[in-house]
Amino acid sequence: MVTDELVLDVQGLTVDIATPRGTLHVVRDISIRVKRGETLCIVGESGCGKSITSLSMMGLLPKTATRHSRVFEFLGEDLAHASKQRINDLRGNRMAMIFQEPMTALNPAYTIGDQLTEHYRHHRKATAEDARLRAVELLEKVGIASAAERLGQYPHQLSGGLRQRVMIAMALMCGPELLIADEPSTALDVTIQAQILRLLADLQAELGIAMVLITHDLGVVARIADRVAVMYAGQIVEEGTAEDIFAAPQHPYTRGLISCIPIPGKTIPGGRLGTIPGVVPSLIGDMKGCAFKDRCEHAQARCSETIPLHQTPPGQQWRCVMNELNQTGAGQ
Amino acid sequence: MKKNMALYVGCGLLLFIVFCAIFAPWLSPHDPYVQDLTNRTVPPIWYEAGTWAHPLGTDQLGRDYLSRLLFGARISLLIGLSVALISGLIGTTMGMLAGYFGGRIDMFVSFMVTTRLSMPVILVALATVALVGGSLWVVIMVLGLLKWDRFAVVMRSATQQVRAMEYVSAAQSAGASTLRIMLTEVLPNVLPHLIVIATLEAASAILLEAALSFLGLGVQPPLPSWGLMISEAKAYMFFSFWLIAIPGSALALLIFSINLAGDGLHQFFTPGERA
Amino acid sequence: MLAYITKRLGLAVLVALTVSILAFMLLYLSGDPALAIAGEGARQADIDMVRKTYGFDQPIIVQFGNWLLKIVQGDLGQSIYFKTDVGKLIFTKLETTLLLAIYALAFALVISVPLGVLAAIYKNSWIDRLCLAVAVVGQAMPNFFFALILIMLFSITWRMLPVSGSDTWQHFVMPAITLGYYAAPAFMRLIRAGMIEVLSADYIRTARAKGLPTRSVIFKHALRNAIVPVVALAAVQLGFLLGGSVVIETIFALDGLGYLAYQSITHKDFPVTQVIVLLLSVIYILLTLASDIANAWLDPRIRVA
Repeated sequence: MVTDELVLDVQGLTVDIATPRGTLHVVRDISIRVKRGETLCIVGESGCGKSITSLSMMGLLPKTATRHSRVFEFLGEDLAHASKQRINDLRGNRMAMIFQEPMTALNPAYTIGDQLTEHYRHHRKATAEDARLRAVELLEKVGIASAAERLGQYPHQLSGGLRQRVMIAMALMCGPELLIADEPSTALDVTIQAQILRLLADLQAELGIAMVLITHDLGVVARIADRVAVMYAGQIVEEGTAEDIFAAPQHPYTRGLISCIPIPGKTIPGGRLGTIPGVVPSLIGDMKGCAFKDRCEHAQARCSETIPLHQTPPGQQWRCVMNELNQTGAGQ
Repeated sequence: MKKNMALYVGCGLLLFIVFCAIFAPWLSPHDPYVQDLTNRTVPPIWYEAGTWAHPLGTDQLGRDYLSRLLFGARISLLIGLSVALISGLIGTTMGMLAGYFGGRIDMFVSFMVTTRLSMPVILVALATVALVGGSLWVVIMVLGLLKWDRFAVVMRSATQQVRAMEYVSAAQSAGASTLRIMLTEVLPNVLPHLIVIATLEAASAILLEAALSFLGLGVQPPLPSWGLMISEAKAYMFFSFWLIAIPGSALALLIFSINLAGDGLHQFFTPGERA
Repeated sequence: MLAYITKRLGLAVLVALTVSILAFMLLYLSGDPALAIAGEGARQADIDMVRKTYGFDQPIIVQFGNWLLKIVQGDLGQSIYFKTDVGKLIFTKLETTLLLAIYALAFALVISVPLGVLAAIYKNSWIDRLCLAVAVVGQAMPNFFFALILIMLFSITWRMLPVSGSDTWQHFVMPAITLGYYAAPAFMRLIRAGMIEVLSADYIRTARAKGLPTRSVIFKHALRNAIVPVVALAAVQLGFLLGGSVVIETIFALDGLGYLAYQSITHKDFPVTQVIVLLLSVIYILLTLASDIANAWLDPRIRVA
């Protein structure tokens, strides 16, 4: 159940990465807001900057990256200028993250139990016994049978799906209020994917945490999202509730994405699925106006200037020169 | 290009030393073997008692140190080159055969390498020289016949990699003979590895010879091997420290330049890596 | 795991056997060993007597068989020069050399591990370059020259350490440094490369995402995985250090195996030389075996297969 309390408030986030070939503007002036109990899905194709966005929220950017933001607050606390120590105290504790590749995300040299409990003992100063009990509790919660035995096992003894469950349990050990999941199901078998997503949804409902889920798969979005942010070339081009985005996508890119998916009952068998022609533009150098203009069928001269933000209540908004009536008029 | 300073500096220094060695007879102010017992342990020019007649001083038998240093360079370089050549030939052949054919040949070569690695090189070299008699050529042969292991190991894995490449199977299906393939397809592609290892082994051989000569079981006097010079000067080092400092530093400089050049070559052949 | 150990053990025995043959053959390098022992200018009668006494008149295979058989039973022969039992001679000196090698290895690790970790964390910075420079310079220095410099500084100028002998631990300081510094650059590069690779691994990102303190991330998570090849190399290097101690022990008059080897070689005391070569080889073989097993054990994927 979505409440009104804002857990994460990020506005005007920009991330640049220095490379030998120039500065990559990976994330350009985006805003993310997640409420308690809400699932926000950031969806976009590879390279659009969604993973970097999630890493920047956890403070896990590479050394070559610089981050700026107008606002960056977690539960009302300013994190933009917080000390490294403070960020470290929050990580794994109040805000947690799970990653895409469960096969490599666990240290092969230590047992599951050790990796589950080490940050719990660090953040909560808990005893080994307390940590152990909590680990067993969480392993059961994520649906792993014979949890106590699993504690003594090594990562290589578990299957991919099990490892991802362990990752989820690990993230929840300290009872965080924000969970960021970067493509949690992508690397798993299709059947397991559904299980993991169901698990995440159930856990969120039970624990009331705010969740940010990164994915490139609209199917995942349809399953689990409350709100959706569509990202392209470092910008959020459209944002709204899941229903609105699917029922009435406004941005040409969003429409293109949705037209790519076959929908039973709607898509004509044997007919062609939509494609979006062209490739993602380079992120080096300044980009004037809309990043999508080279691939958009409605592109016009105005697209090279500052793009207006259109909004329709109760919260769908998009950046385009066309408003909800598909007319190019004066923006708001 | 700031990159690959290692290659430029290393090769530069090395070329300088090679130049000194080649032109030693013309660069040396004196004959390195002529003794002058009236002028023993004269200090180098930067001391009070130094003279320009002997810019680097003289040793305990009055021989000019600069001349001995320059001729000593010849010995070290000769050792490095010859040992690298001999051991390189042996090791590369073994390695390439093992890497190309695999199977029993590979097992045999690997076994030989393991056996060779188990033997303490310096002891075996010492024992051999003691029994056969010490001389420049004995040292070269002994070291050449002992130090092929690294060549074998690296060439083996390099050959294995190349062998898996398509141009080898292309040549095979075109009916080329094995020897021809090894020489025209495999060898040019493993050459970079060979060159890098050769530099490292040359440096190692030079150090080994210096150690052997230092112990008296290498090059024999009156040859101006740098290791031998240090050994002969040991007793005088308290009062005439330069007698060991000069050949010692020369050795260090030579090894340093070879290693640096080797590192530079490694960087040159594998762009994107470092050290 | 057991199958792995058995296979490696079998190979080790085979290598040891081959080395024993080679060690035995050392004697024949000079051509006629009887002549070598009797010395130049000896009469034919003396040479013949030497030949008979040492059994050189028998076929080589028989000689080798006898020698090996005796060794396996614990009879290591008699030293010509020292006129005592080879076994006794060696085992009094073995301890000194083992101590020296272990100290040297410890020294090498103590300087190379921190430097390697630092170089990896601050990759491509001036710290990294400095560590690399230290490594390159370290490898260019001939060890006997380094030893003499240390003696000049610490024994003569500052009178802090003794020059020769092997009575107290102070006697081991300079020898250990001289023997160990040459091995340090190899370790440093290995740790640096290993740490760089490990630090970019996903599980390090996970550890950081859990908010673990930096030292825990580096030492508990990263180093534990990066150190595996170092353990293997350490065992092998110990073997090399044992073999390479000749020069150092001779300079510092350390009464160990290397010095004994030098003496036996210069005095053509071949029974001692053969046994020392064989012993050092066997130790090296055992060390590589131990290192392979340690390698396998350190990786839970092999240990708990």
